[in-house]
Amino acid sequence: MSMIIRGMAWKFGDDINTDLIIPGKYKLSITNLDELAKHAMEGVDPRFTEKMVKGDLIVAGRNFGCGSSREQAPLVLRHIGVSTVIAESFARIFYRNSINIGLPAVECREAGKISEGDLLQVDLENGLIGNLRNDEEYKIMPIPKEVWQILSNGGLVAYVKKHGKLPW
Amino acid sequence: MGKTTSEKIFSQASGRDAYARDVVIAKIDSAMAHDGTALLAIEAFEEMGGKKLWDPRQVFLVLDHVAPSATENFSMVHKRMREFAHIHGANFFEVGSGNCHQLMVESGFVQPGAVAVGADSHTCTYGGLGAFATGIGSTEMAAVFLSGKLWFKVPETVSVTFEGSLPHMVTAKDVILGTIGEIGADGATYQAIEFQGLTIKQMSIDGRLTLCNMAVEMGAKTGIVEPDRKTIEYLANMRLEAEKTLVSDKDAEYSRRFEFDASRLEPQVSCPHYVDNVRPVGAVEGVRVDQVFLGTCTNGRLEDLRLAAAILKDEKVEKGVRMIVVPASRSIYLRAMKEGLIEVFLNSGCVVCNPGCGPCVGAHQGLLAPGEVCASTSNRNFRGRMGSMDAEIYLVSPATAAATAIKGEITDPRRLQIK
Repeated sequence: MSMIIRGMAWKFGDDINTDLIIPGKYKLSITNLDELAKHAMEGVDPRFTEKMVKGDLIVAGRNFGCGSSREQAPLVLRHIGVSTVIAESFARIFYRNSINIGLPAVECREAGKISEGDLLQVDLENGLIGNLRNDEEYKIMPIPKEVWQILSNGGLVAYVKKHGKLPW
Repeated sequence: MGKTTSEKIFSQASGRDAYARDVVIAKIDSAMAHDGTALLAIEAFEEMGGKKLWDPRQVFLVLDHVAPSATENFSMVHKRMREFAHIHGANFFEVGSGNCHQLMVESGFVQPGAVAVGADSHTCTYGGLGAFATGIGSTEMAAVFLSGKLWFKVPETVSVTFEGSLPHMVTAKDVILGTIGEIGADGATYQAIEFQGLTIKQMSIDGRLTLCNMAVEMGAKTGIVEPDRKTIEYLANMRLEAEKTLVSDKDAEYSRRFEFDASRLEPQVSCPHYVDNVRPVGAVEGVRVDQVFLGTCTNGRLEDLRLAAAILKDEKVEKGVRMIVVPASRSIYLRAMKEGLIEVFLNSGCVVCNPGCGPCVGAHQGLLAPGEVCASTSNRNFRGRMGSMDAEIYLVSPATAAATAIKGEITDPRRLQIK
């Protein structure tokens, strides 16, 4: 995967849970990802999928992705073209799920300094987010090597396809 | 340096001397997926070239989230899971068996000291038996299906101590809601929570499972209660012997400590739309409800049904309100029938549905219309969780749920006479 990601920021608040990202009523009735992804972020902004364009980023506050273990949450975000999720902090299972499907989830304590519409450049390898609107730079929390190994290969399935075995 | 229960479990499961913050590769003792998560896991397993499960005896597939299936689409999910379980020889729980977490504990598939993973966030429930149990995603589950192993960061541990006896009509659910109100929705992210103190020692296994079930609502990786005589008896009833009861050392290191006085605890209510929006019942008494739901992996156990039935006996659910009861498993349903609890529910006007997840996940059996209010014994009140985005969910104990059903508005169960 590309280690430099560039896109526009869409801002969300704290405690965005998986029912807001993809409500259970859809997750448990629609198994086709194209159809399911139409409802991505519907609980917070029903028009999100119309407004955003492929490559855009989600920037959120604390505890992004709390709630259920549903992998459909990061899957629908990846499917509609969200390139990265930046948050002040993540709920544990959402974080692991994102990495495992190859969607970069990066923790940045300074995410609050980013405004909606900012053009961001995320450098995963060097752990920096550049804000191209005001030239500010924000540090990403270091990505553990076990996580990087999976993410940089495009996720767990991609890793296995490439290396013929699991990382462990 | 002393170790916490989690550090001991991960030391054993990884074969190295593990402490908090270490990353370890741990051997998995049981792996569970249900109809909401198994399909993705099966697909990822096959995409990874999986031909056989690492140990079919340790793999559990459960139909509970939409069971019996409500749509043709979901019937295909069920079909696929049945076929997969059959081909690979995995343990399989058919429609109507119960909800996955209750089935794992009551069937004896979780031992104290074990590492259990489930493709469901409430897998942490099994900590009530002293296991390290945590929720994972579907792709990771596929990796576990293949290898029986997974990487973990050994968590730091938060100690939550309750001393004193719980007052009349104050339950394990109130203990955990009160705790969540204090610690917050992300107050224990990535950490384990150990529940300690006299209140917990006095608590039944059913109550301990309720506590640990909601640890994830504070972001925790798991909740754990030290296994003791009650745990050993619980297993003995299933003719199982507790093989490794690991407990924290006296000098174990905790990241934070919380201490509460259980004797002063009141019934608690988690208000819309966040689980940590917790208030004492007095603050929300009088809120009108349209639906009351008793059940789930949080509060669908025998003790919960007994308490609600004791309150509902010779009473009627208020006109204009429907109360839905979903026993957590078939064996609980049967016991409740033998004890006459189901009769009490039916006589008071409740709907009793088959064991499973009920309407908790917003799939079937009682979804909410816009503007409706539900008092639920489940574990999440997120906007849109049980149907309409414009409905409201209040999380309550089984006692508060029953009292609320009788009055048609959120009611302090301490006000009602028990017959």
